[in-house]
Amino acid sequence: MDLFEYQGKLFFARYGIPISPGEVVMTAEDAVIAAERLGYPVVVKAQVLVGGRGKAGGIKLASTPDEVRTHAGNILGLDIKGHVVGRLWIEKASDIEREYYASFTLDRAAKKHLGMLSAQGGVDIEEVAATDPDAIAKIHVDPVDGLSEAQCRAWVEAAKLDDAAQDGAVDILMKLYEAYVDGDADLVEINPLILTTEGVVRALDAKVTVDDNAVFRHTDYEEYDAIQVRDERELAAHDKGLQYVGLDGFVGIIANGAGLAMSTVDIVSQVGGAPANFLDIGGGANADVMTGALEVINNDPNVKSIFINIFGGITKGEEVANGIVAALERVDIQAPIVIRLDGTNAEQGREILQPHLSDRLQMQPTMLDAARSAVQLAGGVAK
Amino acid sequence: MSIFVDENTKVVYQGLTGSQGKFYGLLNREYGTNVVAGTNPKKAGEDVEGIPIYADVADAVKATGANASCIFIPAPGVKAAVLDAAEGGVEFIVVITEGVPAHDEAWFFNRLRRDYPHVQLLGPNCPGIISPGKCNIGITAGHIAQAGGPVGIVSRSGTLTYQALYELKQKGVGVTTCVGIGGDPVPGTSFIDCLERFEADPETKAVMMIGEIGGSAEEEAAAFIGANMSKPVVSYIAGVTAPPGKKMGHAGAIISGGKGTADAKMDALRAAGAQVGLNPTEAGELMAKVVASL
Repeated sequence: MDLFEYQGKLFFARYGIPISPGEVVMTAEDAVIAAERLGYPVVVKAQVLVGGRGKAGGIKLASTPDEVRTHAGNILGLDIKGHVVGRLWIEKASDIEREYYASFTLDRAAKKHLGMLSAQGGVDIEEVAATDPDAIAKIHVDPVDGLSEAQCRAWVEAAKLDDAAQDGAVDILMKLYEAYVDGDADLVEINPLILTTEGVVRALDAKVTVDDNAVFRHTDYEEYDAIQVRDERELAAHDKGLQYVGLDGFVGIIANGAGLAMSTVDIVSQVGGAPANFLDIGGGANADVMTGALEVINNDPNVKSIFINIFGGITKGEEVANGIVAALERVDIQAPIVIRLDGTNAEQGREILQPHLSDRLQMQPTMLDAARSAVQLAGGVAK
Repeated sequence: MSIFVDENTKVVYQGLTGSQGKFYGLLNREYGTNVVAGTNPKKAGEDVEGIPIYADVADAVKATGANASCIFIPAPGVKAAVLDAAEGGVEFIVVITEGVPAHDEAWFFNRLRRDYPHVQLLGPNCPGIISPGKCNIGITAGHIAQAGGPVGIVSRSGTLTYQALYELKQKGVGVTTCVGIGGDPVPGTSFIDCLERFEADPETKAVMMIGEIGGSAEEEAAAFIGANMSKPVVSYIAGVTAPPGKKMGHAGAIISGGKGTADAKMDALRAAGAQVGLNPTEAGELMAKVVASL
């Protein structure tokens, strides 16, 4: 789960990482009240989970109450790459001397934590990595050992941060690593990490992704989760505990297992269709789970046909078939359905489905045939 | 032959007294796996359908000679369970549990590599491993796999693995060992660990590799195949049309920063000499042809 900048900053602050004073607001009036409290000038920052806010006009400097009101009014409701701004972070402006970059993430290839630090911050780090890879100092941290201060200092020196910033950077990076591990983050990134004209090192931005799997030891995740921006389809699926990702097409997809669901999305595209979603109902495929999945798909007005792709392993074909039949009785389905049922006792399962088949409920023996039918049922032309 | 597990493997189930552990532990026993023990510190001395329960893996190993463990413990307890298994003296640890935090995985992977280098960890979040006709540890339905080789399978996805086993069986093709390495960010066993062993196993003549988007494991496997594999490899990669930035079910299946796309993985595999099917059925057909020409 990605955190908003203000959530990331408050997360950092809990570990003692210095941030600029600021407040989160949802109206222009509250923005002015916050600015009055903080003192001018302030920066009005759009809170969206997408990069490129500055270029899109989502970050503005304001020196008077009127400027705050104007900027806040303009930015609230602004659409930044499909993300509509609903919250602002009002922050006391900083006098920036230098901008750096710092992050920790997991290096999956090395199976260790990877720290990256650069004296060239405030810009797209992918760009720096591509054009001037030597400008990024990297450090691998063994999760068992953790990060020692000596290691951290050597890393800061290798990154050639300004002398005035070195002590402050070591302090922040040690705390950043602690936040990363203790907070179960997949990513913590500060870009820019700044040195102010007064010689203070501070996090001016915060990009934090936390590991959803660690929610059992972090009650604060629920607060973050409560204000996540999801599309309505994803929200409905989330409530039912289904693995759902909304896509832009017209063929609704239900499959058991993440790999099979991904594969189903692929094959529908390969035969000329456009999938409306990815939906993994997990290993079993009983009536309750199937009903929930069909309800989610059914509520998507873009869906013109539904492809149910089930491979029975431990769950037998007849159980799957009975689940589908029961679910179809419970949900008034709008779109025609094509089913592909394979695996354990698939024959018995197909026999159960047979009497229910019609123009609007078809069955196909293979994934490829089923994908083609689904595209045709949706009014498309299958390849 | 087979890799990692065979008819001599003796397995202790950590979490055998829980509903999942009991269900699959008994299914595995029914298949023919030597299910010799279970663990639960609160139920030591009891039994599950005749399978004795011990307080920890060390006790189970002492009493039964178990040399492998299978973990069905809920995610918060997996870190401790893995360490219990390694300290207890088994050589092969299979973690079926899904939803284990990535920081825990990174921690116990490195802890094992340092302090228990002889221990092979498989998973977390994997379907397990099956050497058909000999040993089935985990949640794979044993009857969908045909015994006898000559194909070895290694896969990041559960249901796609079943699909592959089933299609090969329908074509009359047997499997030496099928390893589900799981879809998490830090898998204990990598594609390369399996490819290396399949290459060395005389009964495995060809390898099916099923990957998915995210990370660079398939690219690393491709480099290994190009440099070290004499046996033919057929591959399938799921997630060609997955949008960047969205997790497709598995914690590890995410395209980020333009890295980890299916196309890049397929290109790397083709360049290494592997054949790539565009869907599971096509991969199965390619493998059937490879086997026919052996």
